[in-house]
Amino acid sequence: MNKVEKLHYAQIQETLFKKTLPNGLTVFLLPKANVTKSYAIFMTNYGSMHRTFVPIGKNELVTVPDGIAHFLEHKLFEKEDRDVFSDFMKYGASPNAYTSFTKTAYLFSATDNVKENVELLLDFVQDPYFSEASVEKEKGIIAQEIKMYDDEPNWRSYMGTVKNMYVNLPINIDIAGTVDSIQQITKEDLYMCYNTFYHPANMALFVAGNFDAAEMLELIEQNQAEKTFPEAKPPEVKFPYEPEKVNAQKETIKLPVSLPKLSLGIKEKKQQLKGEVLLRQDLIQQMILDHLFSKSGAYYKELYEKELIDDSFDYSTTVETLFNFTLISSDTEDPERLENELKEMLEKTKSLTIDEATFSIMKKRKMGEYLRSLNSLERIANEYLHYHFAEIDYFHAISILDTLTVDELNEHLAEWISEDRLTTFVITI
Amino acid sequence: MALLKTESFVQNDIRFHLLPTDRYKTITVVAKLKSPLSRETATMRALIPFVLKQGTASFPSEQKLRKRLDELYGAKFEIDCNKKGTNHILHVQLEFANEKFIPNESEITNEGLKLLWEIIFRPHIKNDQFIDEIVAREKRQLENKINSLYDNKIAYANERLVEEMYKGEPYAVKADGYIEDLRDIDGKSLYDYYKRALTEDDIDIYVLGDFSPNEMKEKLTALFSRKQAKREAEVAKMARKKRNEANKIVERDNISQAKLHIGYRTNCTYKDDGYFALQVFNGLYGGFPISRLFMNVREKHSLAYYVASRIESHVGLLVVYSGVETAKYERAYQIIEEQFTDLKNGHFTEDELTHVKKLITSSIKETLDHPTGTIELLYQQIVGERELPPETLIENINRVKKEDVIAIAEQIELDTIYVLASEEGE
Repeated sequence: MNKVEKLHYAQIQETLFKKTLPNGLTVFLLPKANVTKSYAIFMTNYGSMHRTFVPIGKNELVTVPDGIAHFLEHKLFEKEDRDVFSDFMKYGASPNAYTSFTKTAYLFSATDNVKENVELLLDFVQDPYFSEASVEKEKGIIAQEIKMYDDEPNWRSYMGTVKNMYVNLPINIDIAGTVDSIQQITKEDLYMCYNTFYHPANMALFVAGNFDAAEMLELIEQNQAEKTFPEAKPPEVKFPYEPEKVNAQKETIKLPVSLPKLSLGIKEKKQQLKGEVLLRQDLIQQMILDHLFSKSGAYYKELYEKELIDDSFDYSTTVETLFNFTLISSDTEDPERLENELKEMLEKTKSLTIDEATFSIMKKRKMGEYLRSLNSLERIANEYLHYHFAEIDYFHAISILDTLTVDELNEHLAEWISEDRLTTFVITI
Repeated sequence: MALLKTESFVQNDIRFHLLPTDRYKTITVVAKLKSPLSRETATMRALIPFVLKQGTASFPSEQKLRKRLDELYGAKFEIDCNKKGTNHILHVQLEFANEKFIPNESEITNEGLKLLWEIIFRPHIKNDQFIDEIVAREKRQLENKINSLYDNKIAYANERLVEEMYKGEPYAVKADGYIEDLRDIDGKSLYDYYKRALTEDDIDIYVLGDFSPNEMKEKLTALFSRKQAKREAEVAKMARKKRNEANKIVERDNISQAKLHIGYRTNCTYKDDGYFALQVFNGLYGGFPISRLFMNVREKHSLAYYVASRIESHVGLLVVYSGVETAKYERAYQIIEEQFTDLKNGHFTEDELTHVKKLITSSIKETLDHPTGTIELLYQQIVGERELPPETLIENINRVKKEDVIAIAEQIELDTIYVLASEEGE
């Protein structure tokens, strides 16, 4: 029998309770006396990329229609006799959910009845009800969701760049699928995906806010003990081989926008990381981008003064166990010139070295940002689980940051850029 | 128990609000400068955040200012201009790490406050004016921003609705200003305007975080000081024209889904007694995923992914917005109208009423767990010129009865329907 672990993090003054239940579910509790609300998130390690797998109890690989993880997320809210939204409403809670490339999460925030709401959350996710009629009905709703995204140029630019980067990995497929692909989804498909990926051993629960940890844990344990699940075996998912090179170096599309948009993608050299290695790489990539392209960065300044970028300029880096890429984007009057300038700048980073003094300011900045992320319960719970599935303790990030060295950054810079790992995606008027 | 400790006082012609709380690991400071929204000054005011971002007297370039923020442990600096009712608000925000959590640090708060003061009161100028080259470049930046509204079709449709609905009224003035008004602005005229704003605007400063109120009070009042010269009394607001029937505008663009936006005049604002019932009406109608609009337009008829309503508290505007097939927007509109009529006829249960009130009061309480949410909620009282602390707001919402909701529904008038439709279809 597992014991509950009480984890105290001195510098950030947080205390977290952790327990893995007999059915395999990992539970994290972060009680806080000084807040009004509570926030819980119930997450499965299953997203749009998990499309080819061996269904539970079967031996052969199947490939399911695109958009099914997201479709399933929608349908879990509907039960035979009621809509789950109204159940939460009775307790004054606001439920929500999201599906990403790699995760599906169900959550709520509430100021009262936290225990009742946590039970509701566990029960509705663990009690699926799919019928043909309700599956058909949902197709109309999701088709409108897909069309809403079609009308968002920033989303088109993001997905377009990702598709340009990845040749085979199903991150190159839209999370919600297409209007056509969702037509093929049946209630049997939903049950098959559900049974394979919603096993408690493939899931984690994080509850943060104003409650008593011991009472909460007891409630969760009892709730889980009353349910039966088949023997836990990690889902067998097949991901195709992905080369280092990008899929396409450039693509241009037309949309009704006010100014052209350019997005540059860097398919990072180091793919498929986990644990501390992933976290270090994540921090390094973020710090280097901040150093060069934030408003205090030399490259930002140069591009801004040349009027090649505007307020919409943005950059991000996404390091997950299955992929790792960096995006730099902006609205611009001259996408071709911006592309050339950006590529020249990136090329120059090969010979760039960061000194200790600069590094210490970069670290300070990251530390402040990290502390700021701990202001929000939502942010803590989401980040914590996201990193948990990559075998990282998010509350340790500040100590990992402390041990980063300038040499690690410089090593990264030396091999960061390679022409065949770069792509650009342009939206013109 | 008060939900939030607040201490407000006026000194040096500035209103200060201290919000000590141990909920956060940072200290958030927000300065709000308020002036009436008007076409004459809107564009200059919208340009101010762009120019103030370009440096201060001691950090005279954007890069120098941003490097300073990096040194202050990545302090987060935000500045923008928005409208609340018929006020044009300049919002300046700095959020920095609380030195309590960083070993061997004791100056972040002092340096952070000083930097915010400099950004507002000691901008980067030369010969008593902003620098012309910077202003010229930032004018082009603002122009891009104004144009880029078009890229976000939902926001664009919303702005078009407001523009059509309030034509000729102060609320129609755009918070981002107008491209045609940019031409005549230069470093001198803009700085003259800014100096005037600094003396005439109402200034409120909020500080939220884990600090000692007495020490903070001393620090703030030693730093932030000015002499206010109140502007002349505003001219009476223009009476609005009465519509006999709803105004309907359909525009077309190369998009895949129609954006349907419906504007109602509620004839009720933050200042009015009916405000609480209006909040509840909005909750029943379209404020939540369990509201009538979501349950019917989406869940029952599968016509939309998003459909919701919200209110602008200070001008009395209620907007319903949804994304639907172009060929089906009239059907969606019909269902939306039916829901309205249903509520007006009192077709809702006491249970529904109780649940919606609970959702509203929960969301108010939740707002108080976010630094900026808290400050925005409190600032409503300044804009609305009504003392309404969160606990009073909650009490009043809880007191709303079925007949109050019906009474408010009766005074709501449909005004304008705006549709941004796709090119084919119909």
